[in-house]
Order: sequence, then structure tokens, then C-alpha cells
Amino acid sequence: MDGLDLEVRRGTCVALLGPNGAGKTTTIEMLEGLLLPDAGTIEVLGRTWGTDPEGIRERIGVQLQETRLQEKVTVLETLRLFRSFYRRGSDLTSVLEAVGLTEKRDARVENLSGGQHQRLSLACALVSDPELLFLDEPTTGLDPQARRRVWEIVESFTAEGGTVLLTTHYMEEAERLADQVVIMDAGRVIAEGSPASVIGALHADSIVHLRPRDGFAERLARDVLLSLPGVAEVRREGAAFRLVVTDTQASVGALLGHLTTVGVELDSLQTHAPTLEDVFVALTGKHLRDG
Amino acid sequence: MARFLPRWAEVVELTRHRTLAFVRQPEAVFWVFAFPPVLAAVLGFAFQGGEPDPSIIGVVEASGAGAGPSSTLDPAAPAEAAAASWVARLEADERVQVRRFATRAEADRALRGGHVDALVLSVAPPELRLDPVRPEAEVARLRVLVALGASDPERLAIHELTERGSRYVDFLFPGLLGMSVMGTGLWSIGFAVADMRQRKVLKRMLVTPMRHSSFLASFVLSRMMFLAAELILIVGFGVWVLDVPLRATLLSFTVLCALGAFCFAAIGLLAVARVRTIEGISGVLNVVMLPMWIGSGVFFSYERFPEAIQPLLRALPLTALNDALRAAMIDGAELGQAAPELTIMLIWTVLPFFLALRIFRWA
Repeated sequence: MDGLDLEVRRGTCVALLGPNGAGKTTTIEMLEGLLLPDAGTIEVLGRTWGTDPEGIRERIGVQLQETRLQEKVTVLETLRLFRSFYRRGSDLTSVLEAVGLTEKRDARVENLSGGQHQRLSLACALVSDPELLFLDEPTTGLDPQARRRVWEIVESFTAEGGTVLLTTHYMEEAERLADQVVIMDAGRVIAEGSPASVIGALHADSIVHLRPRDGFAERLARDVLLSLPGVAEVRREGAAFRLVVTDTQASVGALLGHLTTVGVELDSLQTHAPTLEDVFVALTGKHLRDG
Repeated sequence: MARFLPRWAEVVELTRHRTLAFVRQPEAVFWVFAFPPVLAAVLGFAFQGGEPDPSIIGVVEASGAGAGPSSTLDPAAPAEAAAASWVARLEADERVQVRRFATRAEADRALRGGHVDALVLSVAPPELRLDPVRPEAEVARLRVLVALGASDPERLAIHELTERGSRYVDFLFPGLLGMSVMGTGLWSIGFAVADMRQRKVLKRMLVTPMRHSSFLASFVLSRMMFLAAELILIVGFGVWVLDVPLRATLLSFTVLCALGAFCFAAIGLLAVARVRTIEGISGVLNVVMLPMWIGSGVFFSYERFPEAIQPLLRALPLTALNDALRAAMIDGAELGQAAPELTIMLIWTVLPFFLALRIFRWA
């Protein structure tokens, strides 16, 4: 880690967004008290790990990245175990309902699907009725529907006043859940703010993806494309081009004209509103999924 | 039909793949190539043979001072003199080793426990006591008769023992029980903790307010419950089916077994303190248990090993447990009499436990 300053306000959701190896898990594990920082201070809910570790543990809920719960026990038995560690907490039935596992209460963990297993982990984090939730990559490896269910659970948690700090490498997750996003790469914070403001800092109207047909890519030159009106940045990605554009209407028009002029045939042309992924690419030249 | 036969190219690659996967696992290589010769060497050394073992004959100290009422009533000075001359003749014979006992009760106990092969008693009529089931007893009988000369056999009554305790199975059973207490203790803790660590469940528990001592206590408690079941099954079988004696009080015996279980629970905890995987703990436990399977007197007495290493063997926890179990079951020794063994077991409980706590890897 290289100089990280992080502040999470109560009742908000903060997402640490970055590729694998960015230091997200290291950061969150330091906050959870699993790792000792070499330098700096950590304060959680007004307490420090050195002075009041028990006080912090009673009030936080944690979902770790790779926990595989005991297979031969049931959902309910697992939840009961984690509930027993806390002085105060929710009753098991309402937690099961909150995560949508009521019908699976007597199912053994080994018989759960990936999404159900993840929701059980979430239930174990929620069972103590925490003020603060730490989630490390809560939807990695899940199908889109399972992912959406997890998002709904997190959203109802924040709706009731809970605070969430999560890590992710999915930009949709950060965009949907986070009030604040902290973009990290190689142990450093490279951008932070609300998703809207971080994206707005790009000053991009849209992103254009251009894929010429086989053999035509060589007819397009980067500096020529850059000279087109409204084109702020051009990147070659294999056989495709990625343009950051400040005026979609002007740029696309000029672009299509240019393509006709040099006789390039298109495979596809797509535009989309800029995303956090695009912010990451602009800042680092890499994609979030490149790791 | 021909499509069911193996094809050469894929057979070659599959065999190569199999061989590489195998030889690149150090543990597998150890078990297949290193262990058998080592085992053969150690056992061969212990069972080297050479000259046949002498028969161990017990006699009660002369003068009849502790030999019981019958000998003080014995008016026949010649009988006592004869007895003394028998003992002298037995001692002179190198195929016989005489062991003296102060009292008749001690001598009987030694015979029952298989510590001597036969007793020669200067009672009226003089007596050779033995357990006819044991092959050693038969050899002892023949040797005694030879040592005493052919003239004496008519005057020597042979009394056959019927109480159990000196058969091989009576020797073996406490050893097996000890081995079982060790195995269950080490594996139940070692496997469970390594598994939890590998699944990161241990790490997950670390972020909760759960007390570490609660975690450890749960292992001790569940182990004790399994121990109760284990004891009932194994000892029940031994006592009721195999007719192995259990001469100590039940309380004494149970406490001894519980101490043994605690001891191996602590050792198991130390063994798994920093091991990350199931494969790892499996290797560690095998290394821990193997010397004890061979050297702790489970299947054969550790006295077969050279004198020089016997103190080392007796310091092992399983040896202490087995010795104490044998004394309890066969000789009826109570806890107080097993103080040295209990001390050894206690040391092997306390030291590993505290060391384990110190170095335990939670995350």
C-alpha cells in the first residue's frame, strides 16, 4: 500500500474499485483488524483496534473473500453458530428472510448453489445486526441474477441506516451501490468521489467503440482520428478503436464521414455513456479485468 | 472388439503423467520407497533373535518369611533346604533367569501379568505354577524340570493358572487401546483444525468476538464425548469378548484414559498449530505417530530395543500411557502407582498446549 487516506461516513456505502492486486483486500483486512498496518492509524466506529478490539468486533459484520463454510452443517445451524459469538443480534428467521434463504434453512451447505452460499455468508455477516458491514468481493463468480439479489440485500441494509464498505472489480457494482467510489491501482488511490463526479471528471460525452472489418484497421491512423472534432482520446485495442468523445453528435458524424473517405468497412460501431471502467482506462491504460 | 484395447501413444502419455504426478509428491515417495525399508530395518533389529530368551522363573524369597501360612507350618527342614537347593540349581542354569519376590502375593501378581513365565514355590507339596495357554510357560516347565534334574518331577506339583492376564492378547489389548486414544485424539483435532484453516473458516471466526479459549474448549469437550463412546466400545469388547482383565477400579481407569486423551489433544493442537492444509497435517501426524506405533510397546515390548534407547522410548507419551494402561488392566494398579507415567503424560500435555497457543496460526 502506498499512502491511503480513506474516510467512510455513517449511513453511506463506499466501494473500493480496482483490478486484482490493487490492494483492496489488503485495505479491507487492515480495517477488519486481520492485518496490522506498517504505518498510519485506523479508526473504526470511533474506536481503534489497539484500544477496543472487542467493541469493534461486536458492531461490525464481515464477509471475507474466500470462506467456504462447513459443508455438513445446515444453513440454520451455520447461522446459529455465528449468532452465538455476539451479545446482541437479529433473530435467525428474519435474517434468513432478508437474504432469501428461508426455504433453504434446513439444507446442508454442501447442497447450496454458489449464489445461495454467498447469501449465507452475507447472512452470517448480518446476523449480529451490525452498524458497519465489510464486504470483500461479494459477488465475484456469481451469475447476473444472483448478483442482483446480493445488491438488493446490500441496498436494504443501507436504506435502514447501515454503513457499508465493499471491494469489487465490477464497475456496475460500484456504480449501483456506492455513494462514494475509491478507485485503486497498485496500492494507490487514483480517483475518488461519487460515481457521477468521478465519471464527470473525464469530461466525456460518450465512449465510441469502433471495429473495422478484417484488414481495414491499417487504414486508420491515431493522429488523424484525434484531429476529428470532439475526439479527446484514441486507443487501439487489438483490431478495435476506443475513442473518448466530448461531443457525440459532432464526432460520430465526422467519424463516419472519415471512414467513408478512406474506404473502411465497419464490423460494428457502438457508443455508450462513460462508466467507471472508462475512468480506470483513462487513468491507467488498463482495464479493471486485466488485473 | 479391438476398440476396447489400449492404444500405445495414449498409454505412454498417461503412464508418464501418472509417474510424474506421483514422484513429485514427496510424501507419497516417502511412504512407498523410504518407509518400508526403514520399518524392516527397525523391526528386524528389534527381533534379531540370536540366542533364545531365557525363561523367567519367579521364586519367593527363601526362609518362607513371606511365603504364606503353609510354609511356616512346614516342619520339614529338608523341604526348605530342598527349596533352597532348587533355587540354586535354577540360578545355575543359563536358560533360566530367576526373579525373586518378597511375598507370595507379589509373585502371583507377576505370574498373572505375564512378567514371569512360571513360579516355583516351596510350599507343601512344592509347586510349579504356570498358565498353560502361553507357549513360554511350556518351555519354562521343560527347562525347570531339566534344571532340577529328573529325580524331582514326582515331588513337583504342577498347578495351572486359570486367571487371565498373561496371554499375548492381554499384553496387546492395552497397547491397542492406547494407540486408539492417540489416533483419535490427534486426528480429530488435527484434521478439524487444518480443514477449518484451509476453508478460511478460522479466519472468518477471527473477525468475530468469539474467544479463542471458547474455540479450544469446544475441541476438548467434543473429544471427551467421543472418548466415552470409544472406551465403551473398545474396552467393552476387550473385557466381555476377549476376556481381557480390567483389575483397576473403573474410576481410576477412566481418569487414566481421560488424561491420555487430554495429552494427545494437546499434542494434536501443537501439530496443527501452523499447518495450512489437510495434506500437511496428514504428513505431520504420520511422522508423529509412527515412532510410537513401533517403539511404545503397542505390539511388542520396547524391551526388545537396545538398552541405550529404552529411556527415550519410555519418555514418549504413548509409552507412558500404554505402561499405565497395562498396569491398570492387568496388574490392577491404581492411579497413585502410575505416578512416573502420569508425570510424563502431564508434561506432554502442558508443554505442547502452551507452545501451541503461542504459535497458533489463526489466519
